[in-house]
Amino acid sequence: MSIFSFFGKQRTAPAARERLQVLLAHERVSSGSDLVSLLREEILAVIARHVEVDNDRVRVTMDRDEHMSVLEIDVEIPLGAAVRAA
Amino acid sequence: MGKVIVVTSGKGGVGKTTSSAALGAALAQRNEKVVVVDFDVGLRNLDLVMGAERRVVYDLINVIQGDAKLSQALIRDKRLETLFLLPASQTRDKDNLTAEGVERVINDLKRHFDWIICDSPAGIERGATLAMRHADVAVVVTNPEVSSVRDSDRIIGLLDAKTAKAERGERMEKHLLLTRYDANRAERGDMLKVDDVLEILSIPLLGIVPESTDVLRASNIGAPVTLADSRCAPAMAYFDAARRLAGEELPVVIPGEKRGIFGKIFGRRAAA
Repeated sequence: MSIFSFFGKQRTAPAARERLQVLLAHERVSSGSDLVSLLREEILAVIARHVEVDNDRVRVTMDRDEHMSVLEIDVEIPLGAAVRAA
Repeated sequence: MGKVIVVTSGKGGVGKTTSSAALGAALAQRNEKVVVVDFDVGLRNLDLVMGAERRVVYDLINVIQGDAKLSQALIRDKRLETLFLLPASQTRDKDNLTAEGVERVINDLKRHFDWIICDSPAGIERGATLAMRHADVAVVVTNPEVSSVRDSDRIIGLLDAKTAKAERGERMEKHLLLTRYDANRAERGDMLKVDDVLEILSIPLLGIVPESTDVLRASNIGAPVTLADSRCAPAMAYFDAARRLAGEELPVVIPGEKRGIFGKIFGRRAAA
C-alpha cells in the first residue's frame, strides 16, 4: 500500500507503464516483425543439424533501442541430447 | 529536393491532422515552401482544419489518374504565401490510390517544395502505408495513453519494415510528437510521463504539445494553431518542433509544468 492511498485514489500511471511494457515485449516478437520468425526458423534448422533440440525450446527475441536493436537467441539443449558430430 | 515527412500514429483522433497543419504552417512561417498532403481518401479533413474546404476543386486522386494537373489541385493558403494543401478525395474509392501514382506525385512535389508533409489516415491499411511509403522522416503522434502508445509501437515497426527507405536498407528517421499532454496529471501519477513514453517507444522526442482549448479553437475557425494564435502554448510547441525538424537543436520544455519546485527545463536530448 502506498502513502497515496491515504489521500484518496491510487496512482494509475505506473500500472499503464507496466502493462504496456509487458504487452509490447510480447507483441514485438509475435507480430512485430517477420524477420524474427524467419531468423528463428533458420537458426533452428542450423542447430538441428548438430544437436537434437525441441522446437519450443528455441526463443528468439528482438529488443529495440534508440541506437541499436539486440537480437537475443535462447536455446535450451536438454541433458543427454543426441549430438550429431560434424 | 524537398524533404518528405509522414505524420502518422496508427490510432485515430490523437492529432495527426492538427499536427500536420500546425507543423506545415510553422515551417511555412519560416518562409520555407511547404505542401501538406491529405492521404485520408474518403474522410478528408485537412482542408477543413486549414480553412480551405470551400476552395477544393481537384484532389490527389484526380492528379494520380491524370484528370487534373498538380498545379490545378494545389491550394495556396490565404494567409501564408508559401503554404499549400493537396486535398484528398471525398468521394472516390481509396483503391484509386496506387503505389505508382503516389510515387509520381511525391517526386513531382519534391522538385517544387522544401517540405512535403503527408497526413496519414488512421489504421495500418493501404492509405497509411502509402502515406509513409516515400517518407524521409516520420513524425509519430502519440497521446500519453495506453492504446495510443501501443498503436504507435506498431507503426514504428511498419516504418522500419514497409517503407521504401527501409527496403533500401536505410534507417528511417523517426520522431515522437507527444500531444494532449497534461503535466499536472502526469505529476499526480494519473498520466504516463514523457519519460515513460520515451522509454517504451525508444525514439527521440520532437516535441510535447500540451492539452489545450486553443487547439479546438483553432480548428473551429479553420486555422492551423500556429496561425490562429501564435503565442498560445500549443503553437509554441509546434514552432519548436518545426525548428527541430529543420535541424536546430534546442532543449525540450515540458509545457504547463508548474514553475518553482516542479518547474524544470529539461536538457533532454531532442531530435538530432
